[in-house]
Amino acid sequence: MSLRLRGLTARGLAPFDFELGSGECVAVMGPSGSGKSVLLRAIADLDPNEGTAALDGEDRAAMTGPDWRRRIGYLAPVPGWWADRVGAHFPDREAARPIIEALGFETGAFDWPVARLSTGEGQRLALARMLVGAPKALLLDEPTGAVDEASRDAVEVLLKARLASGVPILIVTHDSEQARRLAKRALKIDKGAVHEGHP
Amino acid sequence: MNPIALSNLDLALAAGLVLVHAALSLALSLGLGRQLIIAVSRMVIQLALLGLVLQFLFETVSPWLTLLAALVMIGFAGHEAVARIGRKFRGAWGHGIGTVSVLVAAMLIISYALTTQIQPDPWYHPRYAIPLLGMVLGNTLTGVSLGLNTLTATAARERVAIEAQLALGATIWRAMRPTLREAMRSGLIPIINAMVATGLIAIPGMMTGQILAGASPETAIRYQMLVMFMIAGGTGIGVFAAVYAGTWRLTDARHRLRLDRLAEARTD
Repeated sequence: MSLRLRGLTARGLAPFDFELGSGECVAVMGPSGSGKSVLLRAIADLDPNEGTAALDGEDRAAMTGPDWRRRIGYLAPVPGWWADRVGAHFPDREAARPIIEALGFETGAFDWPVARLSTGEGQRLALARMLVGAPKALLLDEPTGAVDEASRDAVEVLLKARLASGVPILIVTHDSEQARRLAKRALKIDKGAVHEGHP
Repeated sequence: MNPIALSNLDLALAAGLVLVHAALSLALSLGLGRQLIIAVSRMVIQLALLGLVLQFLFETVSPWLTLLAALVMIGFAGHEAVARIGRKFRGAWGHGIGTVSVLVAAMLIISYALTTQIQPDPWYHPRYAIPLLGMVLGNTLTGVSLGLNTLTATAARERVAIEAQLALGATIWRAMRPTLREAMRSGLIPIINAMVATGLIAIPGMMTGQILAGASPETAIRYQMLVMFMIAGGTGIGVFAAVYAGTWRLTDARHRLRLDRLAEARTD
Protein backbone atom coordinates (compact mmCIF):
# COMPACT_ATOMS: atom_id res chain seq x y z
CA MET A 1 0.00 0.00 0.00
CA SER A 2 1.42 3.38 -0.96
CA LEU A 3 0.28 6.97 -0.64
CA ARG A 4 1.11 9.39 -3.47
CA LEU A 5 0.63 13.17 -3.26
CA ARG A 6 1.02 15.53 -6.22
CA GLY A 7 0.93 19.32 -5.91
CA LEU A 8 -0.87 19.10 -2.61
CA THR A 9 -1.53 22.51 -1.10
CA ALA A 10 -3.80 23.95 1.58
CA ARG A 11 -4.10 27.08 3.69
CA GLY A 12 -0.56 28.37 4.23
CA LEU A 13 1.06 25.22 2.84
CA ALA A 14 3.22 25.44 -0.29
CA PRO A 15 2.44 22.83 -3.00
CA PHE A 16 4.60 19.72 -2.79
CA ASP A 17 4.96 16.18 -4.18
CA PHE A 18 5.53 13.21 -1.94
CA GLU A 19 5.35 9.44 -1.96
CA LEU A 20 5.01 7.15 1.03
CA GLY A 21 5.89 3.55 0.28
CA SER A 22 4.28 0.38 1.56
CA GLY A 23 5.15 -0.22 5.23
CA GLU A 24 7.13 3.00 5.40
CA CYS A 25 6.96 5.51 8.24
CA VAL A 26 7.82 9.16 7.68
CA ALA A 27 8.03 11.64 10.55
CA VAL A 28 6.55 15.09 10.04
CA MET A 29 8.55 17.59 12.03
CA GLY A 30 8.73 21.33 12.50
CA PRO A 31 8.01 24.08 14.98
CA SER A 32 4.50 24.65 16.35
CA GLY A 33 2.30 26.46 13.85
CA SER A 34 4.52 25.54 10.88
CA GLY A 35 1.73 23.62 9.11
CA LYS A 36 2.16 19.99 10.22
CA SER A 37 -1.49 19.56 11.22
CA VAL A 38 -2.61 21.46 8.11
CA LEU A 39 -0.71 18.92 6.01
CA LEU A 40 -2.32 15.89 7.66
CA ARG A 41 -5.81 17.42 7.55
CA ALA A 42 -5.32 18.25 3.86
CA ILE A 43 -4.36 14.65 3.04
CA ALA A 44 -7.38 13.42 5.04
CA ASP A 45 -9.47 15.93 3.05
CA LEU A 46 -10.88 17.50 6.21
CA ASP A 47 -10.06 21.02 5.00
CA PRO A 48 -10.29 22.55 1.52
CA ASN A 49 -7.12 21.74 -0.42
CA GLU A 50 -5.80 21.38 -3.94
CA GLY A 51 -3.67 18.80 -5.66
CA THR A 52 -4.08 15.07 -6.00
CA ALA A 53 -3.79 12.22 -3.55
CA ALA A 54 -3.96 8.52 -4.33
CA LEU A 55 -3.79 5.42 -2.19
CA ASP A 56 -2.63 2.26 -3.95
CA GLY A 57 -3.35 3.97 -7.27
CA GLU A 58 -6.91 4.86 -6.28
CA ASP A 59 -7.43 8.56 -6.83
CA ARG A 60 -9.02 10.48 -3.97
CA ALA A 61 -11.09 12.57 -6.40
CA ALA A 62 -12.74 9.42 -7.73
CA MET A 63 -14.37 8.63 -4.39
CA THR A 64 -16.45 10.45 -1.78
CA GLY A 65 -14.87 12.11 1.24
CA PRO A 66 -16.16 9.42 3.65
CA ASP A 67 -14.88 6.61 1.37
CA TRP A 68 -11.44 8.21 1.28
CA ARG A 69 -11.35 8.72 5.04
CA ARG A 70 -12.34 5.12 5.69
CA ARG A 71 -9.21 4.12 3.78
CA ILE A 72 -6.99 6.77 5.37
CA GLY A 73 -6.92 6.67 9.16
CA TYR A 74 -6.50 10.20 10.53
CA LEU A 75 -5.90 10.73 14.23
CA ALA A 76 -6.32 14.29 15.52
CA PRO A 77 -4.07 15.60 18.30
CA VAL A 78 -7.15 16.13 20.49
CA PRO A 79 -9.58 13.20 20.52
CA GLY A 80 -13.26 13.92 19.92
CA TRP A 81 -16.13 12.01 21.56
CA TRP A 82 -19.79 12.08 20.64
CA ALA A 83 -21.30 9.81 23.30
CA ASP A 84 -21.05 9.66 27.09
CA ARG A 85 -19.48 6.19 27.39
CA VAL A 86 -16.32 4.86 25.77
CA GLY A 87 -18.09 1.72 24.51
CA ALA A 88 -20.52 3.74 22.38
CA HIS A 89 -17.56 4.70 20.17
CA PHE A 90 -16.75 1.06 19.44
CA PRO A 91 -19.66 -0.53 17.56
CA ASP A 92 -17.63 -3.73 17.04
CA ARG A 93 -16.28 -4.52 20.53
CA GLU A 94 -14.96 -7.93 19.55
CA ALA A 95 -12.71 -6.37 16.92
CA ALA A 96 -11.68 -3.62 19.34
CA ARG A 97 -10.82 -5.86 22.30
CA PRO A 98 -7.34 -7.03 21.19
CA ILE A 99 -6.37 -3.50 20.21
CA ILE A 100 -7.39 -1.84 23.46
CA GLU A 101 -5.75 -4.66 25.41
CA ALA A 102 -2.54 -4.14 23.46
CA LEU A 103 -2.72 -0.50 24.51
CA GLY A 104 -2.96 -1.42 28.18
CA PHE A 105 -6.71 -1.28 28.79
CA GLU A 106 -9.01 -3.95 30.18
CA THR A 107 -12.36 -4.58 28.53
CA GLY A 108 -14.02 -2.76 31.45
CA ALA A 109 -12.80 0.42 29.76
CA PHE A 110 -15.81 0.20 27.44
CA ASP A 111 -18.00 1.19 30.40
CA TRP A 112 -15.90 4.19 31.38
CA PRO A 113 -17.48 7.63 31.10
CA VAL A 114 -15.63 9.70 28.52
CA ALA A 115 -15.65 12.71 30.85
CA ARG A 116 -13.31 10.88 33.27
CA LEU A 117 -10.66 9.92 30.71
CA SER A 118 -7.23 11.46 31.21
CA THR A 119 -5.72 13.11 28.13
CA GLY A 120 -3.40 10.16 27.61
CA GLU A 121 -6.17 7.57 27.97
CA GLY A 122 -8.26 9.55 25.51
CA GLN A 123 -5.44 9.62 22.97
CA ARG A 124 -4.83 5.86 23.20
CA LEU A 125 -8.53 5.00 23.01
CA ALA A 126 -8.97 7.30 20.02
CA LEU A 127 -6.05 5.51 18.34
CA ALA A 128 -7.68 2.15 19.09
CA ARG A 129 -11.01 3.39 17.72
CA MET A 130 -9.33 4.39 14.49
CA LEU A 131 -7.35 1.14 14.14
CA VAL A 132 -10.51 -0.98 14.47
CA GLY A 133 -11.51 0.16 10.98
CA ALA A 134 -8.22 -1.29 9.61
CA PRO A 135 -7.30 1.74 7.48
CA LYS A 136 -4.82 1.20 4.65
CA ALA A 137 -2.63 4.16 5.66
CA LEU A 138 -2.27 6.13 8.90
CA LEU A 139 -1.99 9.88 9.46
CA LEU A 140 -1.14 10.41 13.13
CA ASP A 141 -0.95 13.88 14.67
CA GLU A 142 1.07 13.58 17.88
CA PRO A 143 -0.45 10.24 18.94
CA THR A 144 1.71 10.01 22.07
CA GLY A 145 1.90 13.70 22.95
CA ALA A 146 0.30 13.18 26.36
CA VAL A 147 1.00 9.55 27.25
CA ASP A 148 3.51 8.10 29.73
CA GLU A 149 6.57 6.13 28.68
CA ALA A 150 5.04 2.66 29.06
CA SER A 151 1.95 3.63 27.09
CA ARG A 152 4.09 5.28 24.43
CA ASP A 153 6.05 2.04 24.04
CA ALA A 154 2.77 0.10 23.69
CA VAL A 155 1.61 2.51 21.00
CA GLU A 156 4.89 2.15 19.11
CA VAL A 157 4.72 -1.65 19.25
CA LEU A 158 1.25 -1.47 17.73
CA LEU A 159 2.40 0.95 15.03
CA LYS A 160 5.39 -1.24 14.16
CA ALA A 161 3.03 -4.18 13.70
CA ARG A 162 0.98 -2.10 11.26
CA LEU A 163 4.15 -1.10 9.39
CA ALA A 164 5.18 -4.74 9.18
CA SER A 165 1.86 -5.56 7.54
CA GLY A 166 2.52 -2.93 4.85
CA VAL A 167 0.52 0.00 6.21
CA PRO A 168 2.34 3.30 5.55
CA ILE A 169 2.39 5.86 8.38
CA LEU A 170 2.84 9.63 8.41
CA ILE A 171 3.41 10.70 12.01
CA VAL A 172 3.65 14.22 13.42
CA THR A 173 5.94 14.23 16.45
CA HIS A 174 8.01 16.66 18.46
CA ASP A 175 9.95 13.73 19.93
CA SER A 176 13.05 13.30 17.78
CA GLU A 177 13.88 10.00 19.52
CA GLN A 178 10.48 8.63 18.59
CA ALA A 179 10.96 9.88 15.03
CA ARG A 180 14.24 7.97 14.80
CA ARG A 181 12.73 4.82 16.31
CA LEU A 182 9.88 4.70 13.81
CA ALA A 183 11.00 6.53 10.68
CA LYS A 184 13.93 6.64 8.31
CA ARG A 185 12.72 9.70 6.44
CA ALA A 186 11.24 12.97 7.62
CA LEU A 187 9.19 15.78 6.17
CA LYS A 188 10.38 19.01 7.71
CA ILE A 189 7.95 21.89 7.55
CA ASP A 190 8.88 25.46 8.18
CA LYS A 191 6.46 28.34 7.57
CA GLY A 192 4.42 26.18 5.20
CA ALA A 193 7.36 25.01 3.07
CA VAL A 194 7.86 21.21 3.00
CA HIS A 195 11.36 19.66 2.65
CA GLU A 196 12.45 16.06 2.83
CA GLY A 197 15.16 15.09 5.30
CA HIS A 198 16.12 12.69 8.02
CA PRO A 199 14.64 12.49 11.50
CA MET B 1 -71.42 45.31 19.75
CA ASN B 2 -69.24 48.20 18.57
CA PRO B 3 -65.73 48.60 19.99
CA ILE B 4 -65.18 51.41 22.49
CA ALA B 5 -63.11 54.00 20.67
CA LEU B 6 -59.93 55.18 22.42
CA SER B 7 -59.13 58.90 22.48
CA ASN B 8 -55.62 60.39 22.43
CA LEU B 9 -56.09 61.16 26.15
CA ASP B 10 -56.75 57.45 26.83
CA LEU B 11 -53.54 56.52 25.06
CA ALA B 12 -51.60 59.24 26.89
CA LEU B 13 -52.83 57.90 30.23
CA ALA B 14 -51.74 54.38 29.25
CA ALA B 15 -48.37 55.71 28.12
CA GLY B 16 -47.94 57.05 31.65
CA LEU B 17 -47.34 53.46 32.72
CA VAL B 18 -44.04 53.60 30.89
CA LEU B 19 -43.00 56.30 33.35
CA VAL B 20 -43.05 53.63 36.08
CA HIS B 21 -40.67 51.60 33.97
CA ALA B 22 -38.45 54.67 33.47
CA ALA B 23 -38.51 55.50 37.20
CA LEU B 24 -37.43 51.96 38.07
CA SER B 25 -34.61 52.12 35.54
CA LEU B 26 -33.44 55.42 37.03
CA ALA B 27 -33.77 54.29 40.66
CA LEU B 28 -31.87 51.05 40.08
CA SER B 29 -29.29 52.67 37.74
CA LEU B 30 -30.08 50.10 35.06
CA GLY B 31 -28.94 52.42 32.29
CA LEU B 32 -31.95 51.49 30.20
CA GLY B 33 -33.38 55.01 29.86
CA ARG B 34 -32.09 55.57 26.32
CA GLN B 35 -33.15 52.12 25.14
CA LEU B 36 -36.57 52.60 26.70
CA ILE B 37 -37.12 55.93 24.94
CA ILE B 38 -36.02 54.42 21.62
CA ALA B 39 -38.22 51.34 22.09
CA VAL B 40 -41.31 53.34 22.99
CA SER B 41 -40.75 55.83 20.17
CA ARG B 42 -40.20 53.06 17.65
CA MET B 43 -43.32 51.23 18.76
CA VAL B 44 -45.50 54.36 18.48
CA ILE B 45 -44.07 55.45 15.13
CA GLN B 46 -44.12 51.92 13.63
CA LEU B 47 -47.73 51.32 14.69
CA ALA B 48 -48.84 54.74 13.43
CA LEU B 49 -47.21 54.06 10.07
CA LEU B 50 -48.68 50.57 10.00
CA GLY B 51 -52.12 52.09 10.55
CA LEU B 52 -51.67 54.41 7.59
CA VAL B 53 -50.37 51.60 5.37
CA LEU B 54 -53.16 49.21 6.36
CA GLN B 55 -55.78 51.92 5.77
CA PHE B 56 -54.38 52.51 2.29
CA LEU B 57 -54.14 48.77 1.51
CA PHE B 58 -57.71 48.11 2.71
CA GLU B 59 -59.03 50.90 0.48
CA THR B 60 -57.17 49.81 -2.65
CA VAL B 61 -57.39 45.96 -2.24
CA SER B 62 -54.66 45.47 -4.87
CA PRO B 63 -52.95 42.04 -5.15
CA TRP B 64 -49.67 43.68 -6.16
CA LEU B 65 -49.63 46.20 -3.33
CA THR B 66 -50.54 43.44 -0.88
CA LEU B 67 -47.69 41.32 -2.26
CA LEU B 68 -45.30 44.26 -2.03
CA ALA B 69 -46.28 44.88 1.60
CA ALA B 70 -45.84 41.16 2.33
CA LEU B 71 -42.38 41.10 0.75
CA VAL B 72 -41.27 44.15 2.71
CA MET B 73 -42.45 42.49 5.93
CA ILE B 74 -40.66 39.26 5.00
CA GLY B 75 -37.48 41.18 4.19
CA PHE B 76 -37.48 42.79 7.65
CA ALA B 77 -38.32 39.43 9.25
CA GLY B 78 -35.38 37.78 7.44
CA HIS B 79 -33.07 40.53 8.64
CA GLU B 80 -34.31 40.24 12.22
CA ALA B 81 -34.03 36.44 12.10
CA VAL B 82 -30.26 36.59 11.62
CA ALA B 83 -29.52 39.86 13.42
CA ARG B 84 -29.14 38.22 16.83
CA ILE B 85 -27.15 35.15 15.76
CA GLY B 86 -23.80 34.94 17.54
CA ARG B 87 -21.87 33.63 14.51
CA LYS B 88 -23.42 34.64 11.20
CA PHE B 89 -22.76 33.08 7.81
CA ARG B 90 -20.35 35.16 5.78
CA GLY B 91 -21.58 37.14 2.78
CA ALA B 92 -25.10 37.13 1.39
CA TRP B 93 -25.77 33.70 2.89
CA GLY B 94 -26.37 35.21 6.33
CA HIS B 95 -29.48 37.10 5.33
CA GLY B 96 -30.26 34.77 2.45
CA ILE B 97 -30.88 31.69 4.60
CA GLY B 98 -32.99 33.60 7.13
CA THR B 99 -35.05 35.46 4.52
CA VAL B 100 -35.70 32.49 2.23
CA SER B 101 -36.69 30.26 5.16
CA VAL B 102 -39.14 32.85 6.46
CA LEU B 103 -40.42 33.54 2.92
CA VAL B 104 -41.10 29.88 2.13
CA ALA B 105 -42.79 29.24 5.47
CA ALA B 106 -44.93 32.38 5.44
CA MET B 107 -46.05 32.11 1.81
CA LEU B 108 -47.01 28.44 2.10
CA ILE B 109 -48.94 28.90 5.34
CA ILE B 110 -50.71 32.13 4.38
CA SER B 111 -51.71 30.89 0.92
CA TYR B 112 -53.01 27.66 2.43
CA ALA B 113 -55.02 29.42 5.16
CA LEU B 114 -56.47 32.06 2.84
CA THR B 115 -57.52 29.70 0.07
CA THR B 116 -58.88 26.79 2.11
CA GLN B 117 -59.99 28.01 5.55
CA ILE B 118 -60.72 31.74 5.74
CA GLN B 119 -61.54 32.20 2.03
CA PRO B 120 -62.06 35.96 1.94
CA ASP B 121 -63.21 37.60 -1.30
CA PRO B 122 -60.84 38.23 -2.99
CA TRP B 123 -58.58 35.61 -1.38
CA TYR B 124 -55.65 38.04 -1.13
CA HIS B 125 -57.73 40.69 0.70
CA PRO B 126 -55.15 42.64 2.77
CA ARG B 127 -57.53 42.86 5.76
CA TYR B 128 -56.87 39.15 6.27
CA ALA B 129 -53.57 38.50 4.51
CA ILE B 130 -51.46 41.20 6.17
CA PRO B 131 -52.42 40.70 9.86
CA LEU B 132 -52.16 36.92 9.53
CA LEU B 133 -48.79 37.27 7.83
CA GLY B 134 -47.62 39.49 10.68
CA MET B 135 -48.62 36.89 13.25
CA VAL B 136 -46.91 34.06 11.38
CA LEU B 137 -43.76 36.08 10.62
CA GLY B 138 -43.27 37.26 14.20
CA ASN B 139 -43.16 33.70 15.50
CA THR B 140 -41.38 32.12 12.54
CA LEU B 141 -38.49 34.56 12.74
CA THR B 142 -38.03 33.76 16.44
CA GLY B 143 -37.85 30.03 15.64
CA VAL B 144 -35.52 30.55 12.67
CA SER B 145 -33.26 32.80 14.72
CA LEU B 146 -33.04 30.33 17.62
CA GLY B 147 -32.53 27.38 15.27
CA LEU B 148 -29.70 29.03 13.32
CA ASN B 149 -28.05 30.35 16.46
CA THR B 150 -28.03 26.88 18.04
CA LEU B 151 -26.83 25.28 14.80
CA THR B 152 -23.80 27.52 14.37
CA ALA B 153 -22.92 27.66 18.08
CA THR B 154 -23.21 23.88 18.52
CA ALA B 155 -21.26 23.08 15.36
CA ALA B 156 -18.43 25.35 16.54
CA ARG B 157 -18.52 23.93 20.08
CA GLU B 158 -18.68 20.30 18.91
CA ARG B 159 -16.21 20.66 16.07
CA VAL B 160 -13.72 18.15 17.48
CA ALA B 161 -16.44 15.51 18.01
CA ILE B 162 -17.96 16.11 14.56
CA GLU B 163 -14.59 15.87 12.83
CA ALA B 164 -13.67 12.75 14.81
CA GLN B 165 -16.66 11.03 13.19
CA LEU B 166 -15.83 12.44 9.76
CA ALA B 167 -12.27 11.15 10.13
CA LEU B 168 -13.66 7.67 10.72
CA GLY B 169 -15.65 7.84 7.49
CA ALA B 170 -19.03 9.10 8.69
CA THR B 171 -21.06 11.25 6.31
CA ILE B 172 -21.54 14.86 7.31
CA TRP B 173 -25.27 14.25 7.86
CA ARG B 174 -24.54 11.47 10.32
CA ALA B 175 -21.85 13.45 12.13
CA MET B 176 -24.07 16.54 12.31
CA ARG B 177 -27.22 14.69 13.38
CA PRO B 178 -27.09 15.60 17.11
CA THR B 179 -26.29 19.21 16.22
CA LEU B 180 -29.15 19.33 13.74
CA ARG B 181 -31.54 17.82 16.27
CA GLU B 182 -30.51 20.31 18.95
CA ALA B 183 -30.98 23.22 16.54
CA MET B 184 -34.44 22.00 15.48
CA ARG B 185 -35.52 21.53 19.08
CA SER B 186 -34.40 24.97 20.17
CA GLY B 187 -36.29 26.54 17.26
CA LEU B 188 -39.51 24.61 17.90
CA ILE B 189 -39.74 24.55 21.69
CA PRO B 190 -41.00 28.17 22.07
CA ILE B 191 -44.10 27.54 19.93
CA ILE B 192 -44.78 24.26 21.73
CA ASN B 193 -44.54 26.08 25.09
CA ALA B 194 -46.77 28.86 23.75
CA MET B 195 -49.46 26.37 22.73
CA VAL B 196 -49.33 24.69 26.14
CA ALA B 197 -49.74 28.04 27.92
CA THR B 198 -52.42 29.48 25.62
CA GLY B 199 -55.80 29.79 27.28
CA LEU B 200 -54.52 28.60 30.63
CA ILE B 201 -51.74 30.96 31.58
CA ALA B 202 -51.92 33.50 28.78
CA ILE B 203 -54.83 34.97 26.82
CA PRO B 204 -53.31 35.78 23.43
CA GLY B 205 -53.24 39.39 22.29
CA MET B 206 -55.04 38.71 19.05
CA MET B 207 -57.94 37.00 20.79
CA THR B 208 -58.13 39.77 23.40
CA GLY B 209 -58.17 42.34 20.60
CA GLN B 210 -61.02 40.58 18.82
CA ILE B 211 -63.12 40.34 21.99
CA LEU B 212 -62.49 44.01 22.80
CA ALA B 213 -63.50 44.84 19.23
CA GLY B 214 -66.86 43.14 19.72
CA ALA B 215 -66.36 39.60 18.43
CA SER B 216 -67.97 36.75 20.36
CA PRO B 217 -65.59 34.63 22.47
CA GLU B 218 -66.37 31.64 20.24
CA THR B 219 -65.37 33.47 17.05
CA ALA B 220 -62.27 34.89 18.77
CA ILE B 221 -61.28 31.44 20.00
CA ARG B 222 -61.75 29.87 16.58
CA TYR B 223 -59.55 32.55 15.02
CA GLN B 224 -57.00 32.10 17.79
CA MET B 225 -56.85 28.36 17.19
CA LEU B 226 -56.46 28.94 13.47
CA VAL B 227 -53.65 31.40 14.08
CA MET B 228 -51.89 29.04 16.51
CA PHE B 229 -52.07 26.23 13.96
CA MET B 230 -50.69 28.57 11.31
CA ILE B 231 -47.90 29.76 13.60
CA ALA B 232 -46.97 26.20 14.58
CA GLY B 233 -46.95 25.12 10.92
CA GLY B 234 -45.04 28.20 9.79
CA THR B 235 -42.46 27.89 12.54
CA GLY B 236 -41.99 24.20 11.76
CA ILE B 237 -41.42 24.82 8.05
CA GLY B 238 -39.23 27.88 8.69
CA VAL B 239 -37.02 26.19 11.29
CA PHE B 240 -36.70 23.03 9.17
CA ALA B 241 -35.75 25.04 6.08
CA ALA B 242 -33.31 27.30 7.96
CA VAL B 243 -31.56 24.51 9.89
CA TYR B 244 -31.17 22.29 6.81
CA ALA B 245 -30.05 25.17 4.59
CA GLY B 246 -27.66 26.26 7.35
CA THR B 247 -26.25 22.74 7.68
CA TRP B 248 -25.84 22.51 3.91
CA ARG B 249 -23.89 25.77 3.97
CA LEU B 250 -21.79 24.67 6.97
CA THR B 251 -20.63 21.60 5.06
CA ASP B 252 -19.49 20.81 1.54
CA ALA B 253 -19.66 18.11 -1.10
CA ARG B 254 -16.54 16.39 0.32
CA HIS B 255 -18.36 15.98 3.66
CA ARG B 256 -16.22 18.54 5.47
CA LEU B 257 -17.24 20.86 8.29
CA ARG B 258 -16.81 24.43 6.97
CA LEU B 259 -16.68 26.69 10.01
CA ASP B 260 -14.60 29.05 7.85
CA ARG B 261 -17.92 30.06 6.26
CA LEU B 262 -18.97 31.66 9.54
CA ALA B 263 -17.96 35.14 10.62
CA GLU B 264 -16.14 35.60 13.91
CA ALA B 265 -18.24 35.35 17.05
CA ARG B 266 -19.74 38.57 18.36
CA THR B 267 -18.07 39.79 21.50
CA ASP B 268 -20.93 41.95 22.85
